[in-house]
Amino acid sequence: MAERFTKSMARNIYLGGSTFFILLFLGLTFDTMQAMPERDNRENLTESVANGKLLWEENNCLGCHSLFGEGAYFAPELGNVFQRRGMGNEEAFVGYFKGWMNAMPTNVPGRRQMPQFNLNDQELEDLAAFLIYANGINTNDWPPNVEG
Amino acid sequence: MKFQSQSAAMPYFIFALALFVGQIVFGLIIGLQYVVGDFLFPEIPFNVARMVHTNLLIVWLLFGFMGAAYYLVPEEAETELYSTKLAWALFWIFAAAGTLTIIGYLAVPYATLAEITGNGLLPTMGREFLEMPTITKVGVVIVALGFLFNIGMTVLKGRKTVINIVLITGLLGLALFFLFSFYNPHNLALDKYFWWWVVHLWVEGVWELIMGAILAFVLIKVTGVDREVIEKWLYIIIAMALITGIIGTGHHFFWIGPPEYWHYLGSIFSALEPIPFFMMTVFAFNMVSRRRREHPNRAATLWALGCAVMAFLGAGVWGFLHTLAPVNYYTHGTQVTAAHGHMAFYGAYVMIVITMISYSMPIMRGRPNGNSRQAQVLEMWSFWLMTIAMVFITLFLTAAGILQVWMQRIPESGQALSFMATQDNIALFYWLREISGVIFFIGLLTYIASFFVKGDAVEVAES
Repeated sequence: MAERFTKSMARNIYLGGSTFFILLFLGLTFDTMQAMPERDNRENLTESVANGKLLWEENNCLGCHSLFGEGAYFAPELGNVFQRRGMGNEEAFVGYFKGWMNAMPTNVPGRRQMPQFNLNDQELEDLAAFLIYANGINTNDWPPNVEG
Repeated sequence: MKFQSQSAAMPYFIFALALFVGQIVFGLIIGLQYVVGDFLFPEIPFNVARMVHTNLLIVWLLFGFMGAAYYLVPEEAETELYSTKLAWALFWIFAAAGTLTIIGYLAVPYATLAEITGNGLLPTMGREFLEMPTITKVGVVIVALGFLFNIGMTVLKGRKTVINIVLITGLLGLALFFLFSFYNPHNLALDKYFWWWVVHLWVEGVWELIMGAILAFVLIKVTGVDREVIEKWLYIIIAMALITGIIGTGHHFFWIGPPEYWHYLGSIFSALEPIPFFMMTVFAFNMVSRRRREHPNRAATLWALGCAVMAFLGAGVWGFLHTLAPVNYYTHGTQVTAAHGHMAFYGAYVMIVITMISYSMPIMRGRPNGNSRQAQVLEMWSFWLMTIAMVFITLFLTAAGILQVWMQRIPESGQALSFMATQDNIALFYWLREISGVIFFIGLLTYIASFFVKGDAVEVAES
């Protein structure tokens, strides 16, 4: 049995198998890209949102938080923070968000601390807009509840 | 050492181990910040320390892979390295760029680092594991191209073995997929989709090729089993790794925007992903039991076997535990993910690099039969300390994760505990993890110490 299974057969499985699955993956990616406009909330992707995303990245927010479950698990999930803290009201959320960011760090001894990032009013609005936009992406009903 | 130029591996290995020590120190810092939230705040906030912890891991493993290639490729190709000078030059460039990047993380706020390194021109920063500044990313590409050129030319002028070809394919894939780190669209869902092309297709794709090639090389050396047999295994293992791993990327597409059919594809193929790791375990034990000689470097054999087992447990079993979509719905982004990440990286990639170092370093230091018995005993102690500590880190984080799901995820909105309240409730497990982390660190220091033990030269055992 072992002798009948030769090295060249093993190599062919490797070459054929990987080629097939790479092509399949590319095909599925193409199909996913066709489906994305219906799902990724791109109609609400404004300049403010784009700037908010840049601020999110340049302050390394996911070094503590997660976004759609990805990032660090040191601080709360923010993919649905608009829903959790704004209850669907954009104005209320932006107000809450600004107050929160400006109050950091809390300096409660022993508690996890969020740094003060010194963002200006416009920047805070952009960052809030980014989180509102993220909340609008279709994540197949994840997370299971509002706590993220 | 058969070829002089193989010693180019040495600086890579030494620097890799230095970075490994740094990685664990920062791991201990963030582990403590989980329970003493304001530890070192505001000097080293959690996000900075965490970035150093994960980035050092990636960079030291890359140094390890490069060192492994510099040692392994000339010996397999039966020729000197194409250019030893280039290997050394790239070492200094990469070491300097890596060190500057870490200093940058620690010295200035991340936003300042982004600004002074041109993130505005080409934004690539601030995404998990791809935090390094854009100019560092460009530097990595340059180093990778030089490295691949050097390795490729060596193989071209020498013997082309299966191990060499597989290793180079893996390294090429590594470089190719890294290019996706430069793609960062405003569209968050697309950003995340292609971000996984680097992260998943590295660790669950091309890195497995590199790992398989190194493992096969070391097993040939320490067991003396016929190359034909080992090469056949290597082909089948990497075939299974790619067949399951490529579509297995789908288990990351469940909750970030892509369509629902990924739930089925991702679940089915990730259920198959333990297979290549299981085969690796069977392969390693099979080869060692069929060995034709008792290699005097028993520590290296222990690392090779341990690597195969721990990779199967961490990447295979712990990965499978939570990749089925209905389970992942609850466990995604909890401490269960962290548990899996720790054991998978340690088992598969940390241990394969240490296996290679353990095998090749004594030879490069003029001890063809391996280190002295005393040094090996200490090294085997370090193996057990680190490995058992990692098992406990994984178990404690898994327990924390399960409780987290129970309190925060399963109850309906309104009934569920908030994230921070949940964290307070599972603090005990974070303390236990931290203690395990300290033991891991002691194990690592023991490993480093074993390099400095002299002792009697080892006799070659009769075959």
